Amino acid sequence: MDRTFHPRSRRIAPLVALTAASLLLAAGCSSDSGGKKAEESGDGGTAGKANTPRMTVALVTHQAPGDTFWDIVRKGAEAAAAKDNIDLVYAHDPNAGAQAGLVQNAIDQKVDGIAITLAKPDAMKDAVSKATSAGIPVVGLNSGLSDWKKLGLTEFFGQDETVAGEALGKKLNAEGAKKAVCVIQEQGNIGLTQRCDGVKKTFSGATENLYVNGTDMPSVKSTITAKLKQSPAIDYVVALGAPYALTAVQSVSEAGSKAKIATFDLNKELTGAISKGTIQFAVDQQPYLQGYLAIDSLWLYKNNGNYSGGGEQPVLTGPAFVDKSNVDAVAKYATKGTR
Amino acid sequence: MSTAGPTATAPPAPGPRTAGGRTARRPLALRLLARPEVGVFLGAAAVFVFFLIAAPSVRSGGSMATVLYQSSTIGLMALPVALLMIGGEFDLSAGVAVITSALTASMLSYQLTMNVWAGVVVALVLSLAIGAFNGWMMVRTGLPSFLVTLGTFLILQGVNLAVTKLVTDNVATDDISDMDGFGQAKKIFASSFGVGGVQVKITVVWWLVFAALATWVLLRTKYGNWVFAVGGDQDSARAVGVPVTFTKITLFMAVGFGAWFVGMHELFSFNTVQSGEGVGQELIYIAASVIGGCLLTGGYGSAIGPVFGAFMFGMVNQGIVYAGWNPDWFKAFLGVMLLGATLVNLWVRRTATRR
Repeated sequence: MDRTFHPRSRRIAPLVALTAASLLLAAGCSSDSGGKKAEESGDGGTAGKANTPRMTVALVTHQAPGDTFWDIVRKGAEAAAAKDNIDLVYAHDPNAGAQAGLVQNAIDQKVDGIAITLAKPDAMKDAVSKATSAGIPVVGLNSGLSDWKKLGLTEFFGQDETVAGEALGKKLNAEGAKKAVCVIQEQGNIGLTQRCDGVKKTFSGATENLYVNGTDMPSVKSTITAKLKQSPAIDYVVALGAPYALTAVQSVSEAGSKAKIATFDLNKELTGAISKGTIQFAVDQQPYLQGYLAIDSLWLYKNNGNYSGGGEQPVLTGPAFVDKSNVDAVAKYATKGTR
Repeated sequence: MSTAGPTATAPPAPGPRTAGGRTARRPLALRLLARPEVGVFLGAAAVFVFFLIAAPSVRSGGSMATVLYQSSTIGLMALPVALLMIGGEFDLSAGVAVITSALTASMLSYQLTMNVWAGVVVALVLSLAIGAFNGWMMVRTGLPSFLVTLGTFLILQGVNLAVTKLVTDNVATDDISDMDGFGQAKKIFASSFGVGGVQVKITVVWWLVFAALATWVLLRTKYGNWVFAVGGDQDSARAVGVPVTFTKITLFMAVGFGAWFVGMHELFSFNTVQSGEGVGQELIYIAASVIGGCLLTGGYGSAIGPVFGAFMFGMVNQGIVYAGWNPDWFKAFLGVMLLGATLVNLWVRRTATRR
């Protein structure tokens, strides 16, 4: 035993030395531009805190890991929870069955309220009815606009994806676009498909869909490039998420195309691209607002019996347009990662 | 008696060729067909010709550059993954390891406001360490690499997300494109150059350089023999004095190196990295290697085969778009073409070795 492992420890020594050397090297060469130093720290928006009794609320979404959009929803929910003296339990799983299991888990924990997304409403039906019969109020957010009332949710906060798509289509008409390509980064996602369908409905030019592999950026880039070369008449690329829109900028220049770019959803880099003019505009559904309102509404329901939308109408958080004219007002919040 | 080929001219079989040397006397064409990379070469050629006919826009030089770019980002990882597979092991963590490397380089430089090269060097050390950990863990515990690297895959996936969120308070890294050293690093990892009016990505050059290097190592060095030996029969290899532990650990580290290289390409090409990316890519690397003629059981394969495997993948992927086919069927098209190409590959190998 001892003999076999001896040579290896001798081999580890140079590795340690290399690590140390590289750290020393790193310490010697600081960057004079950009980086953390250049980042201006935003003012922390800390509101007062409610003195109502501590309550527990679960937020269960269909988020896939590492998605910038859902990170913003979560930040909104956390801000509302901090303000309302709420203990927020956040759980997510893109698999519908697993998401239903997480709702059951929240029921078992006897939470005071549950906020859920209904990306696949049928799979969530049983879990929701179990929660309501256990006396736990359930509100919906983001996806499930056509199903939340059927399933017995008290309120809904979100954007109608088809309506958002239609709004974007109209904007394309106003911009004088003739041929658009709608880039879908996740094949089979209903919300994304509805956006492209909405665009198709109101856009007077031609549109077609293009599927890309959202977990591999180089592949996203080359697929959009290929599409632009195959169909040089395309004059607008419609992306369905901020990171994909930013990648499309490179595709357009590589394909030597004159196409402009529009997108759904925002992030920090995207606001920069809009003010520089490399991306024309974004349709924002205000994810922070969705998370915030869903949690805050459960506090209002518990402490004052209020229903937003009166239990009849959804509360729409979008579509809001962000373009060159208003990007500066939005940019400072996007930098903080809350818009 | 009737087994001999058309070249039955030398009955005494002079020199070292022994009496049972039937394989040595087969015609050159058949011997060539029996090589692991020839089947996939024909498959790739078939796919290429098919799309040349089916998709007019493939025929331009610019389109070829796009196809080659897509192939190179897969191919750069498929090379070390193939070597590892010849050595008899798998690495399921290869896809997310690329993102781990990119995240490390980006966050380290940004948070400490250092020259980006500092981040690049630390990311290299970390990537090699992850490879070494995979190999060491596997050798030490005797667990199958499938299980060990599945564990690493999950760990890295979680760590990528949690650490990014912890450090940046977002799930994506900050833009480092205005920092010192970015321009230099971009030249090396993510630039492009013009060849006859066509912009070719530098990753294509690196891909071919590394493929040549891997071929040389595999066929002309002692280390190459060790790789085949440990993949073929580990115990026999150890018995004849092959350093099995060393070979396996270094193979995993080679995958770590590949992950670092591709990770740097992604970072310097897109300026920021989303922490959730990379999942599922490991299967594409493995697929490119298997299509490229590496056996899932180890001990057989080449470094040039996966080059054609990756090319085939890139060609089909982009070819479908160039052809303008209904995108709803995209994944299905991809699957059918890959399966078809693999069958051609298999058929060629069988035909070549049967006679």
